Amino acid sequence: MTGRQRMFVGPESRPVLPRHARLRFDKARQMWLLLAPERVLTPDDIAVEVLHLCDGTRSVRDIAEELAQKYKAPTEQIVTDVESMLQDLADKGFLAEMQEQPK
Amino acid sequence: MTDVLDETRPAGGLDPDAAATHGIPIAVLAEITHRCPLQCPYCSNPVEMDRANAELSTDEWKRVIGEMADLGVLQIHFSGGEPTARTDLVELVRHASEVGLYSNLITSAVMLTREKVAELADAGLSHVQISFQAKDPSLANRIGGHKRGHGKKLEAAAWVRQEGLPLTVNAVMHRQNLHELPQIIDMAVELDAHRLEVANVQYYGWALKNRAALMPTEAQIEECNRVVAEATERLHGILAIDYVVPDYYALRPKKCMGGWGRQFFNISPAGRVLPCHAAESITGLRFDSVRDHSLAWIWEHSDAFNLYRGTDWMPEPCRSCEFKEEDFGGCRCQAFALTGNAAATDPACALSPKHEEIFRLASEEATGGDTRFVYRNFAGGTLEPQG
Ligand code: SF4
Ligand code: SF4
Repeated sequence: MTGRQRMFVGPESRPVLPRHARLRFDKARQMWLLLAPERVLTPDDIAVEVLHLCDGTRSVRDIAEELAQKYKAPTEQIVTDVESMLQDLADKGFLAEMQEQPK
Repeated sequence: MTDVLDETRPAGGLDPDAAATHGIPIAVLAEITHRCPLQCPYCSNPVEMDRANAELSTDEWKRVIGEMADLGVLQIHFSGGEPTARTDLVELVRHASEVGLYSNLITSAVMLTREKVAELADAGLSHVQISFQAKDPSLANRIGGHKRGHGKKLEAAAWVRQEGLPLTVNAVMHRQNLHELPQIIDMAVELDAHRLEVANVQYYGWALKNRAALMPTEAQIEECNRVVAEATERLHGILAIDYVVPDYYALRPKKCMGGWGRQFFNISPAGRVLPCHAAESITGLRFDSVRDHSLAWIWEHSDAFNLYRGTDWMPEPCRSCEFKEEDFGGCRCQAFALTGNAAATDPACALSPKHEEIFRLASEEATGGDTRFVYRNFAGGTLEPQG
């Protein structure tokens, strides 16, 4: 059988939102939403920040480091939190990974 | 098409609070035509379908799509009938993208070409859902009433993935194909689908006409539950599986449409705005049209919406039931189909006085041995030839 593999999010993954998962600010409801097939998710403030940083060039570690600096928190803890949030999203099928390592 | 909107589970933050009868609509099922090359005996279209000359024009649809965005709608599902039977589909999808809607195409896929898939992707389509009737081609083609349908679907599914569009396989299940469920799940994985909907038939419209030929046995449903649970675990992170259980055998009804007129609506090919795609099966309800009113006006003021909103309309046993804000008394269309009264408690609920009778009816029909379909068409249906 062919087909996809489960995506495992680790510190070196370079996550990116696929075209079917769209992050947008909704004016009518005054909140950030993540639109996906048959789903509308309501990410909290931190999740929105993380999702904005999922641009396919930053690794999970890069993202965590940026947030660690901003919030003066230990990077390792943030790596774990970001990983588990993104793994959950990946398992729902709403996260992709950049294949080539950008130079 | 099937119950896409039943599948939508918005996150808590979007749900209107319990005291409100409705919120800002989240998603719209746009049934842009009733024309379809297939003839599925469980089609959720009304038995009385809109003819091509009654359909909204391109400009009318574009205006309505703009009004959806203004109203705060987030997602549009282009459905039918077969939405690709309209030559302006790409233009409508592009317009939906321009006004910021997330668009989904719900298709039988038999009319798709590689070029059309590419054009749709280019127009900003976000997701494609293709219905499959079975795994075995001859069974699939018999159910869909289309000689080469199954092969075309497989081909179209591959084009969808090649264009980088995410794919949902929609499998409508009933007594005559439930034995193939494990192979259908494998097929979805092989097609590189992201999501699989295992949707047991809902019995209104054409499916009600075909109930005796479609109703599963209890043993089949138990097996189906088992297969879905096993596959959900095994394919975690690979294929998301959404499961619609058949409610004749359930104890509690579905929260149909997330509550009548609460967060969703449907627009018929001729522009009537319906609280659910089967709502026209309830005779005596009057629906307002986008040709006469704005969507915003209809959402607030249409009698058909306000009639069963919230909980004030409920009779007993729902009225004093602790679950009334969880399931809103179940499905109005099913209540009407089975009791003749749309305001009755859905007989799928064990507390409905009709429940026993319905349950018995289901198991009798399931074991009655009637397998011939009445095919869906504009002529009111055609009985499958013997043998
Ligand atoms: S006949 Fe089949 S493919 Fe056509 S609209 Fe109905 S369910 Fe969909
Ligand atoms: S009685 Fe009504 S509200 Fe209570 S569970 Fe049954 S359908 Fe739902």
